Amino acid sequence: MNEDVRISRRDLLKVAGAAGAAALTPSALSAATSGAATSATPVAVALPVVTSAPLLNLTAAETEILAAIVDRLIPSDELGPGALEAGALRFIDRALSEAESSSADAYRAGIAALDRYSRYSRGAAFVDLSSRDQDSVLIDVQSGAATGAGTGFEGSSAAFFNLVKDHTWQGTFGDPQYGGNAGFAGWDLIRYPGVRLRVTDEEQRMLEADELEPARRSAYDFGQFQAQSAPSSNGSGDAR
Amino acid sequence: MPRQLAAADVVVVGLGAAGGVAVLPLAQAGLDVVGLEAGTWLDRRDFAPDEIRNNVRDWPMLVKKTEQERPTSRANASQTANQIGSHPMMNAVGGTTLHYWAQSWRLNPWDFRVVSETMRRYGRARIPVGSTVQDWPLDYAELEPFYDVVEREIGVSGQAGNLRGQIDPRGNQFEGAREREYPMPALRWTAFHERMAEAARGLGWNPFPGPAAINTAEYGGRGGCGYHGYCNKGGCPLDAKNSTHLTTIPKALATGNLRVVTRAHVTTVQVDRDGRATGVNYLVGNNEYFQPARVVLLASYTYENVRLLLLSKSDPYPNGLSNNRGQVGRHYFSHHQGAAVSALFPYDLKAWYGLPAQGVAIDEWADDNFDHADLDFIGGGNLWAMSDRRPIAAANMGTFGRGRTWGSAWKRFIHENADRSHGFYIQKTTLPYEDNFLDLDPRVNDALGFPVIRITGEFKDNERRVAAFVQDKAEAWYRAAGAIEVTRGGVGGAMGASTHAYGGTRMGDDPETNVVDRWGFSHEAPNLGVLGASVMGTSGARNPTLTAQALAWRTAAHLAESWSSIAG
Repeated sequence: MNEDVRISRRDLLKVAGAAGAAALTPSALSAATSGAATSATPVAVALPVVTSAPLLNLTAAETEILAAIVDRLIPSDELGPGALEAGALRFIDRALSEAESSSADAYRAGIAALDRYSRYSRGAAFVDLSSRDQDSVLIDVQSGAATGAGTGFEGSSAAFFNLVKDHTWQGTFGDPQYGGNAGFAGWDLIRYPGVRLRVTDEEQRMLEADELEPARRSAYDFGQFQAQSAPSSNGSGDAR
Repeated sequence: MPRQLAAADVVVVGLGAAGGVAVLPLAQAGLDVVGLEAGTWLDRRDFAPDEIRNNVRDWPMLVKKTEQERPTSRANASQTANQIGSHPMMNAVGGTTLHYWAQSWRLNPWDFRVVSETMRRYGRARIPVGSTVQDWPLDYAELEPFYDVVEREIGVSGQAGNLRGQIDPRGNQFEGAREREYPMPALRWTAFHERMAEAARGLGWNPFPGPAAINTAEYGGRGGCGYHGYCNKGGCPLDAKNSTHLTTIPKALATGNLRVVTRAHVTTVQVDRDGRATGVNYLVGNNEYFQPARVVLLASYTYENVRLLLLSKSDPYPNGLSNNRGQVGRHYFSHHQGAAVSALFPYDLKAWYGLPAQGVAIDEWADDNFDHADLDFIGGGNLWAMSDRRPIAAANMGTFGRGRTWGSAWKRFIHENADRSHGFYIQKTTLPYEDNFLDLDPRVNDALGFPVIRITGEFKDNERRVAAFVQDKAEAWYRAAGAIEVTRGGVGGAMGASTHAYGGTRMGDDPETNVVDRWGFSHEAPNLGVLGASVMGTSGARNPTLTAQALAWRTAAHLAESWSSIAG
């Protein structure tokens, strides 16, 4: 990845921090995901254009840092969109309003600790580091090495890493119902052929012959299931 | 004061795998049965194929009684026990059968006779030191008719391996003789299963499909499995999984003799001055009721059965109901299902559409199916090559030492390999020991202020040796099928909580070492019965549910036949 692309990518993250990850513009997205055509699985479905308010549970500054973390965990690259484009931030924000509300404090404290560690150990805020240095900070956070009151995490930094990683994966590879996996980007990445209620012997044989087309749908598109809490299409139906 | 309700003949506490089966023979016998269930009715609208809801957030339940009474766990008595993060079991009519894997094995004959068979073949010294294992008070042949009736009532698919003594190599040659075939053929195999079966045959083993309480054809008015891939901790949107809420419970309701009370949280079993059970107290919200009954059957999970007995203190039972000999909570063990063996293959497994009950079994290394003369353990493990793949879990796979678990390089790895890993499920012989037990935790209470169960247990040398031995076999099988990487988990450690939790109210003839008699009724309170795997004294190397259900049917049938002597 050349320097120009890296800088435009950072501008993208700042947009995410200022207005929420979902405010990514279509042109920014296409810039970030150009080259997806080289992927073995064509990314044929355009990512949805979503507009929304800033994250409800994190400040703009916190969101910018979290966006940078999530973007390094599953980056956008020649293989297709990353976690940011898949809507992992929106997933996390919605989760922090509902099922994962008990984790909100851990997010705020962890983001602050990661940035503290970045400044202490690398001499700059996390969002101002190069991708390579961001990765090396994240490696320290994952291993538990980024600990130390005043200089990093008070408890184990690994717990924060695992928390963010778990939620990023859920927001990238989970059902789109929860705000992530936009355009089925996560399912395309792992070549998951999609949600079906009945897979016939013939369809299994087609799958084995690489002839089964992906079923691009949420479980809730079937209409027969009751969602635990169904967000409306503009995302304002969350329990808040 | 609790509100006193009209008396019933039988009150069944818990309508899951065991209680949900037992109500049918009772209701069919004309007894007036009340079933108390902490959860609610759920149906297929609640069973979305949604990994976040089912597997990440444990959301199918509307009532989470189990969540409020999560056990604490420690390896041994010198440690302080910590509360486990989530309870593995389900509150609903049908209980955990709503979202279980539905593997429906019969135990092998050896599992009922571990002590006498070990002594006969290898000598008494081969019983592991410190183990409290006993022969069951009944053998396989005595339970066979009840396996048979439950397989038909709930609907089990599978391939017989021993039909009235005739060995059929398409099935398990080591199973006990069965009177009849399974009512439905086994779940299908994919190309990967065929490849695993071929590799097993190359090793001289006999691969066969496992049994499942899942329809493979129209049965009980419902259709066959859709292989959608969300069966593990998911209810079935097609009603093809034969949970008791679809099978025995509705059939019992149709007799007019069963009344189901949902959201009923049972707190105590009451007794009279002679020590006979008189009924149970339960809460629905803040309202307390007393349900009088001539016979009480406990059919909640192992932890709750033991807990309810220990919490039900009275003058006749100052240390808990049916515990005057101190046996409640003893002979506890969690099934050894760990010691994972995983592999990476150089080809896609096409495992997205499948279920954990679908796969290839190997029984050569289970139980006493091989000669242990030169080995330093008894028992063994069943190797199970199943299908179980969902997107989030797949994307969380280990990288087999091939780099980081995130970032661009990882993206390339997961794009190629998300459908190329496999983990065996290996269930192993697990024994009870003197120092593994359940009791009430001295520090941790539930929301009502009652102590939760404390698990004190660790796997011992016998379990560790079994695990290492079967890991060797598993790795050989993977290599034969072309795996390019194989990894192994640790073989021992703390038992912890399990969906396969045995003992605590063990069944046996000797009242000094067992809580219930050969029929499942208390040695001390004769009109109190206990259902579920808490009565089982050995694990076998396979899932316990069908055995718990066969025992439950047998206890209920015995109660109906001996009504006047048991009900008094």
